[in-house]
Amino acid sequence: MSFIAHLINGISLGSVYALIALGYTMVYGIAKMLNFAHGDVIMIGGYVVFVTVSGMGLNPLLSIIISMAACTVLGVTIERVAYRPLRGASPLAVLITAIGVSYFLQNVALLVFGSDTKAFTNVVTLPNLELFDGQLVIKSVTIVTVIVSIIIMVGLSLFVKKTKIGRAMTAVSEDQGAAQLMGINVNGTIAVTFAIGSSLAAVAGVLLCSAYPSLTPYTGSMPGIKAFVAAVFGGIGSIPGAFIGGILLGVIENLSKAYISSQLADAIVFSILIIVLLVKPTGLLGKKIQEKV
Amino acid sequence: MKKLSKTTKNNLITYGMVILAYIIVQLLVSTGHVSSLVQGLLVPFCTYVIVAVALNLTVGILGELSLGHAGFMCVGAFSSAVFSLAFKEALPSGLRFFLALLIGAAAAALIGFLVGIPVLRLKGDYLAIVTLAFGEIIKNIINALYLGVDSNGLHFTMKDALSLNMEEDGMVLIKGAQGVTGTPNDSNFTIGVILILVTLFIVLNFINSRTGRAVMSIRDNRIAAESVGINVTKYKLIAFTVSASLAGVAGVLYAHNLSTLNALPKNFGYNMSIMILVFVVLGGIGNIRGSIIAAVLLTLLPEVLRGLSDYRMLIYSIVLIAMMIFNWSPNAIFFRKRLGQRFVGSKRAKKEA
Amino acid sequence: MKKKMLSLVLAGAMTAAMLTGCGSDAGTETSDAGTETSDAGAETSEAATEDTTEESADTAEAAQSSGGTFKIGGIGPLTGGAAVYGIAAMNGSQIAVDEINAAGGINGMTVELNFQDDELDAEKSINAYNALKDWGAQVLDGCVTSACSIAVSAKTAEDQMFQLTPSGSAVECVANDNAFRICFSDPNQGAASAQYIGENGLASKVAVIYDSSDVYSSGIYEKFAAEAANQSFEIVSAGAFTADNKTDFSVQLQQAKDAGAELVFLPIYYTEASLILTQAADMGFDVTFFGCDGLDGILNVENFDTSLAEGVMLLTPFAADATDDLTVKFVTTYNEKYGETPNQFAADGYDVIYTIKAAAEKAGITADMSTEEICAALSQAMTEISVDGLTGEGITWDASGEPTKAPKAVVIKDGVYTAM
Repeated sequence: MSFIAHLINGISLGSVYALIALGYTMVYGIAKMLNFAHGDVIMIGGYVVFVTVSGMGLNPLLSIIISMAACTVLGVTIERVAYRPLRGASPLAVLITAIGVSYFLQNVALLVFGSDTKAFTNVVTLPNLELFDGQLVIKSVTIVTVIVSIIIMVGLSLFVKKTKIGRAMTAVSEDQGAAQLMGINVNGTIAVTFAIGSSLAAVAGVLLCSAYPSLTPYTGSMPGIKAFVAAVFGGIGSIPGAFIGGILLGVIENLSKAYISSQLADAIVFSILIIVLLVKPTGLLGKKIQEKV
Repeated sequence: MKKLSKTTKNNLITYGMVILAYIIVQLLVSTGHVSSLVQGLLVPFCTYVIVAVALNLTVGILGELSLGHAGFMCVGAFSSAVFSLAFKEALPSGLRFFLALLIGAAAAALIGFLVGIPVLRLKGDYLAIVTLAFGEIIKNIINALYLGVDSNGLHFTMKDALSLNMEEDGMVLIKGAQGVTGTPNDSNFTIGVILILVTLFIVLNFINSRTGRAVMSIRDNRIAAESVGINVTKYKLIAFTVSASLAGVAGVLYAHNLSTLNALPKNFGYNMSIMILVFVVLGGIGNIRGSIIAAVLLTLLPEVLRGLSDYRMLIYSIVLIAMMIFNWSPNAIFFRKRLGQRFVGSKRAKKEA
Repeated sequence: MKKKMLSLVLAGAMTAAMLTGCGSDAGTETSDAGTETSDAGAETSEAATEDTTEESADTAEAAQSSGGTFKIGGIGPLTGGAAVYGIAAMNGSQIAVDEINAAGGINGMTVELNFQDDELDAEKSINAYNALKDWGAQVLDGCVTSACSIAVSAKTAEDQMFQLTPSGSAVECVANDNAFRICFSDPNQGAASAQYIGENGLASKVAVIYDSSDVYSSGIYEKFAAEAANQSFEIVSAGAFTADNKTDFSVQLQQAKDAGAELVFLPIYYTEASLILTQAADMGFDVTFFGCDGLDGILNVENFDTSLAEGVMLLTPFAADATDDLTVKFVTTYNEKYGETPNQFAADGYDVIYTIKAAAEKAGITADMSTEEICAALSQAMTEISVDGLTGEGITWDASGEPTKAPKAVVIKDGVYTAM
């Protein structure tokens, strides 16, 4: 029984990773950059909901929409100010700039909201699912997170494959120069990618903070890194891969905490990641890129 | 002057710069013109310069992205700190530090070699994430490690200090998260500068050696390099191991500058690895001299900003973004080039006149 | 040629930059210190109400002319994940400084506080300490965290600067003769908790959840486990977590539940404890939680459902809900000034300043004494004074630097701390 409980808790943790990883993989897949500031956009999204729900008493659903809008604006602004000037420069330079943006967001939040922990109000008010006379409890927020992740995963896959903008994104990701020659607005497409990625971050922020209700300026950084690992695990750039990678990471993390060592859980998770990458060098669902001479 | 090749001249400038800086700082210190803050920063400067040069060997010369160099630093720091603590009374400080240095470098090299074998098969971002993972594993394990020594020899456990089962005369060397306390304070600026010069000597000679050229050919085109018979794995491993062991040297310097050593996310986590990468990227990938300058400037920056109190780290992040854009943006590079041309052009015009 | 020229120019510019950098640093530092002082001044005048501003300015001026200034340096994490503790200690200290200055200062000297950020990094804490030395600090209020405190205490011992740490609880923090602390030491708390649980028969099966990557938490756990062997209860599960892994506690809680624990000991800080309580409630795990001073502050987590903390017991020297005059006054001032309820770190920071004041008055410190003289005099005086502070009444110190005060056991009942 306790194994099943650990498994469910792992899925619950993994679903949050999956949701964040979807945003990571989306931006990476199109813009080919590791957006290290993604975790911090999540944190800002969480604060927006916190302020609007707990501070102003708005309806949670309305506040989520406000938060998505705010994060979209934030994401597009970051892209415009910090990343676009570096288009065409070394990917490493963009990576470092993303880290600068991450520090920036953390410190702005520190100045605006203070360093003390805020307890986040769970926006999912549905009752928890209790099985076997309450021996197993599945939190409603877990169910919602899993469902939302699946919806987003399917939605994103369809969006990228079926819509015009989505196909433009694929083209940009394959070859920016060629896409430009074909008349695709590269800057515009990447901006749209960031807008979508950031609004997903807002959703992830709300569900992350609902599942683990503590909010500080550094809330986003560790889940952000873990989700990044999850995205790589599943094959970065692959949308279903991010989902699977996230869930697997959560489950592995919880089971190794439970049955091997809670102190060394991270070491175990990272070791498994390394082994997976050695066997499948582009992650579970990553595309194999043929090297040309 | 004519006989010296361009690279030799360039290298001499780098050495000269370090020596000149050392002499100037020593002069200023002896005349009392340097604040305690800057005096305290001298050893950290050396630490970060060494690790930045080490990482540049991986990133710039080998052309692979490593996000785990803080892990190698961590290995060097802990292995040497444990040694120095255990032989605190038994050995004179000079010999002890020299041995500690060798131990730190060797331990980091060994780990670098072991990590390198599987990792270097991967490419690009996947390699980066795996090195990051290794760095975190090292930190995680050291945080859970307890090591003690008594009359029966060494004891270690991953549980807690009680499970070491030591005799009365025992001494706990690594106490899990509490790390190593009481490391002798053997680092100083002169040693640091000597180590920088040694590092530079190793790295610059490596780059210009036969091995270095092989490594660079792999960076520029792996398939072409392979086709002319270069053993890709071997040369990659050599470069990576050298880089790791130099990072270990920086760790030794770090550990012997503080009386307490903990493996925190802040000093040996991925954040630190990224900070080192910032030095390298800002200074110019593959540009050794640039790494030195960037490491010093970026270590100094948050300290100079202390007067801004609450806004310190905010301003730091803005400066970081601005510097990256200024240094790397294609538009900014074009602008700088034009400015430089005008500057050089006007100079030349003056010369002619 | 062009390239060579450029690199030469660059190298030249670099050396020039380094030169000016080193040369002018002393200059910038002093001007920094200048802004710092004026900052502190501005804060004081902002916080105080109109008429007291004039008064305090008057007394400050009077003090200035009679006794000079007494410079206290402070170090703690003001940014990064541990910022909440450093900022609280800084704010608490600042309130004490303002009060003392309004009342005429220490021996007629105006007190100045300069609190520097160490980002929870030992190396940065040394930098902060050196910056404070440049500013002219005469005594040190810090560091807030153990590891930084140990690193800095090596330097203060070298320079012979008096050091009083508000919350550096590891044993080694006060190893040197010039270092003292306000809080309890880790072994002290761990053993006291085990004894309290055992002697009061609170439970026979105890689970522990602790942060293995944190000095404070693992230090308490170690001594708790050692002392538990002598007590009537057994530790049925010990779940560790690390700084990188502190959002999900379902595994540790599940293990405690499966092991049949009746009480869960939490030698951790309240930020993580609030998550543990929420998750325990979610999984329907109903036990008693018992904590140390780090748990204090849990009721003040903004928006936290305090009903979850019902029945939580803790050994703490400070409770923000206490009704004695000193606490009420402090909590009110803190709330007005910073818009938050102070936690134990703020109280520790406040007590540091008043302890320094008591010791300085005992030793007759004057502004013209050197740092070494102040250190010797204060270290001597510390063993002779008794301080009624926020974190204990009649606190005394012995030469080892450990405080002697009684921990209070409190239980959270109806959303407030109640003495047991």
